[in-house]
Amino acid sequence: MESLHAYADIVGHEVIDQLRQLAAPLKNRKVVHVNSTRMGGGVAEILNKLIPLMNELGIETHWEVISGNTDFYQCTKSFHNGLQGNTVNIPSNLLRNFEETNRENATLLRPALQDADLVFIHDPQPAPLLEHISDRKGKWIWRCHIDVSHPYRPVWKYLRPFLAGYDASIWSLPDFAQTLPHPQYIIPPSIDPLSDKNIALPEEEISGIYAEFDIDPDRPLVTQISRYDRFKDPVGVVAAYQLSKRFIPGLQLVLAGGGASDDPEGEAVLDEVYAAANGDPDIKILLLPADAHRKINALQRVSDIVLQKSTREGFGLTVTEALWKGRPVIGGNTGGIRLQVINHHTGFLVSTPEGAALRIRYLLNHRDILEHMGKTAQEFVRDHFLLTRHLREYLTLMVILSKNNSDRIMLS
Amino acid sequence: MNNTTQVMPFSFKDCALSAIATGRRAQTLRELRDHIQQVQPDSIYYHFWGGRLQPQFDEPEYNNDFAGWVRHALRDHSTAEQLAVIDPTEFESLEDLRAEIIEVIEARLYEQEMVPWSKPDEKFSFIRSQIVVFDRHHSLEDPARLGDEIPHTTTSSIFYHFIDARRRSPKGRDDFSNWLEGFGDRYVGLIERLADVDPYFSTLSELRNQLTDVIEHYFHETESKGGM
Repeated sequence: MESLHAYADIVGHEVIDQLRQLAAPLKNRKVVHVNSTRMGGGVAEILNKLIPLMNELGIETHWEVISGNTDFYQCTKSFHNGLQGNTVNIPSNLLRNFEETNRENATLLRPALQDADLVFIHDPQPAPLLEHISDRKGKWIWRCHIDVSHPYRPVWKYLRPFLAGYDASIWSLPDFAQTLPHPQYIIPPSIDPLSDKNIALPEEEISGIYAEFDIDPDRPLVTQISRYDRFKDPVGVVAAYQLSKRFIPGLQLVLAGGGASDDPEGEAVLDEVYAAANGDPDIKILLLPADAHRKINALQRVSDIVLQKSTREGFGLTVTEALWKGRPVIGGNTGGIRLQVINHHTGFLVSTPEGAALRIRYLLNHRDILEHMGKTAQEFVRDHFLLTRHLREYLTLMVILSKNNSDRIMLS
Repeated sequence: MNNTTQVMPFSFKDCALSAIATGRRAQTLRELRDHIQQVQPDSIYYHFWGGRLQPQFDEPEYNNDFAGWVRHALRDHSTAEQLAVIDPTEFESLEDLRAEIIEVIEARLYEQEMVPWSKPDEKFSFIRSQIVVFDRHHSLEDPARLGDEIPHTTTSSIFYHFIDARRRSPKGRDDFSNWLEGFGDRYVGLIERLADVDPYFSTLSELRNQLTDVIEHYFHETESKGGM
């Protein structure tokens, strides 16, 4: 567990001082975060880091996780897909099970939630908890980590009544915000530079990856690190690789993904990826366990270019991770990838496998530009997308909500 | 006489902005004009200044959000240039600034036969902000030490004292100048030089460097002349 002072070497002491000053009026407040999984996915990763730091700043912060059966996760996965714009049909028995599961979890969590000063509910899975804790004392905030820019309307219509009663909501990008009767704050997520996924690795650990995954260190490598999810378009990545390989015969591709406990679709997508790869020995399709953080870290570091060819993306923390390691990213022109991949500065935005292939060829043929972009990318992340910035924005929001939400708050 | 004892020390503060979606979105130049007419002044302010504290990597000439969107989403280069050249420091109030933006857009709408549209996923989202100001528990009594302090000041503190101050001060000036004015005529020369620093065309880091240079040069020259 890293403490705040460990971050000072990376972001500067002034930034840590800022956090302490902002947190001072929140000392001894009780804060609870609620989501649906402790392992896998960006939300759990962020909470694993933010919560200890909030506690170190003197804010009593807890993390609760709701649990449900397979039908519950099937239902919430459909919510996720629907909110990202897919047409989904959710049987009414799954919706009833979703509501009942939240009712049961509310009973279990009531002691932790009703007296909390601030409650952060992450994503749709635990959203109905609010209506079951009618005697709540504090402010409740719904945090949406999903790209909701074009939701499938029936799903949004179903979920909206569960969300309208919150005191505020948080969205990763302005484009995602919806019509709701409360303030909608914009806070992009972040990565932790000291986590196993992002920390600097010894050279032997990095080079060990070549043998472990049968990668040739002398040939170019492009990588996509992502769950096997249709919105991440892993089949499109294989297509981009195949188009590029006609011109760069030595090219290698790694697709590395883990599974999250609330993602039942992954297996079907993985089968499609195997079919597209068609036995090409230069395509490595890896299914890594949720705790393979250092291996993912090393894979990003041995890559020449990192791809994130999503067709829908909440924010795209894998993009942030790759940029932090000084790797240009070729990313889908969607969601939070747009905020991070800036054409000709930190990488390229693309809309098709052909576009991705073109940029792969361009960068591998202009090594000096590739190197320069990588350096720019790392500084960009240092300034804007590290955990300390994220924590500062949460603290700012918490101060605002605890000070009656006025437009200008002067702390003494 | 020691003037420094007669003036309250300069108290360094810092700030953090929270961005809030207003729910207003524009897809055409006409919709942009309509929303600018109705949106809260805070939102106009945010789109000219708030971006300094947010991730950005744009061409430096498009340093307000309206100009950047008109250029990138509507592909209307000439209107983007006209919007980009609007310097908010030249306007006494946000209402005056709002009127100027509307004037530029309406002139363009008048001469255009076709109204360009952005793609549906490139609409302009209007944002407003809330600001939390906190004390750095650090103060300064002697203006001659200002040049040593500024390089160690956070960019958000520079934002608060040099940009946000213009909304708070009756004269529309930065906090450093308002403090120096308390010393009578002694630092008039420095106040004049600070007035020449245009914060609109710089990132906050660049602005911090410019302020450091201006202050250090001023005191260096004053010392050389034996004026201290």
